[in-house]
Amino acid sequence: MKVSDNQDLNLINYNISKPLHEQTSIIDSEEGQDVNKLIKTNTKPLSEPIIEVPDGLDRNLMITSVDSLINWGRKSSVWPLTFGLACCAFEMMASAMSRFDLSRFGMEVFRASPRQADLIIIAGTVTWKMAPVIERVYNQMPDPKWVISMGVCATSGGPYYQSYSVVPGVNHIIPVDVYVPGCPPRPDALLYGIMMLHEKIKRYKNLDLKQIFE
Amino acid sequence: MTKLLDLNTVVQNLPSTLKNEVTLEGGSLYVNNKYILEFCSELKNNNKFQFNYLKSISAVDYVEFFEIVYHLDSLITNTSLVLKSKLYGRDGNSINSVISVWKGAELQEREIWDLMGIYFEGHPNMKRILLWEGFQGHPLRKDFLK
Repeated sequence: MKVSDNQDLNLINYNISKPLHEQTSIIDSEEGQDVNKLIKTNTKPLSEPIIEVPDGLDRNLMITSVDSLINWGRKSSVWPLTFGLACCAFEMMASAMSRFDLSRFGMEVFRASPRQADLIIIAGTVTWKMAPVIERVYNQMPDPKWVISMGVCATSGGPYYQSYSVVPGVNHIIPVDVYVPGCPPRPDALLYGIMMLHEKIKRYKNLDLKQIFE
Repeated sequence: MTKLLDLNTVVQNLPSTLKNEVTLEGGSLYVNNKYILEFCSELKNNNKFQFNYLKSISAVDYVEFFEIVYHLDSLITNTSLVLKSKLYGRDGNSINSVISVWKGAELQEREIWDLMGIYFEGHPNMKRILLWEGFQGHPLRKDFLK
């Protein structure tokens, strides 16, 4: 909703004598237009973010050490976003509790704000009505950011594949780094996925010498 | 558990204007869909029934007709009742809303409109609830094909 729009400003100071639904129809139809636009545009899955594998030639010893230090720091304190969509969220919570204990990986701080989070765990069924929200939350996260698709619903639609309301995989909306299968995956499986993400983060190249010298 | 009311005694205790609009078919109570609002307010306000709690409203698609099912409870007399109403035809179906009798009907009637496409007249906020505005069709209908 654009606040600059005059019509919408009238909506905020709504008229009590009129029923509310008559005044919110603009918001509803705008939301519907957003969803329909996403359905039309996001028909193909986005590709996985590419990791640049170090080949050792265009980077010297100092840069590789800095890289490994930065990557070690990043992988040891991945802060996930508090974001649960369906039953997978309970397994995610369970893995954060003391029995499985995500804090072993420096991940116990589930941030309530996307501005403070590195990782978004898509835990549950993604519906088309939720898709614009996920896209917005992902765009609000600061770089570098990673995505784990938890469970079959988020990965491919799962039992709701080809349903009228479910996105056939969250990779239609945002690029996904790690897929964790299961319905829902046990906390062990999620932990394994997180460890795989750590392995991936370790291989990131943070300083591009070509960019610096050219 | 609440006791299920005997349907014959329900019909006997109705006022004479509503008696003709009610039929008993296969052990369930069918109400003429034009009189559903009068019937429901009678069930709530009549001292013999006092159905003050609406458990659920649901709709069923039988292809030839739609059936609206009301599950009622009385927390005073500890009894329950199921009543049904048939709606013939596929498009432009409408039935009176029972919001003026039980306020809890609001979200369920919106859900039925959203998924089954049955319009409730007199509902103060008749719009989609689960799906988004601009969705084509009503997905729980038998003839909904993507």
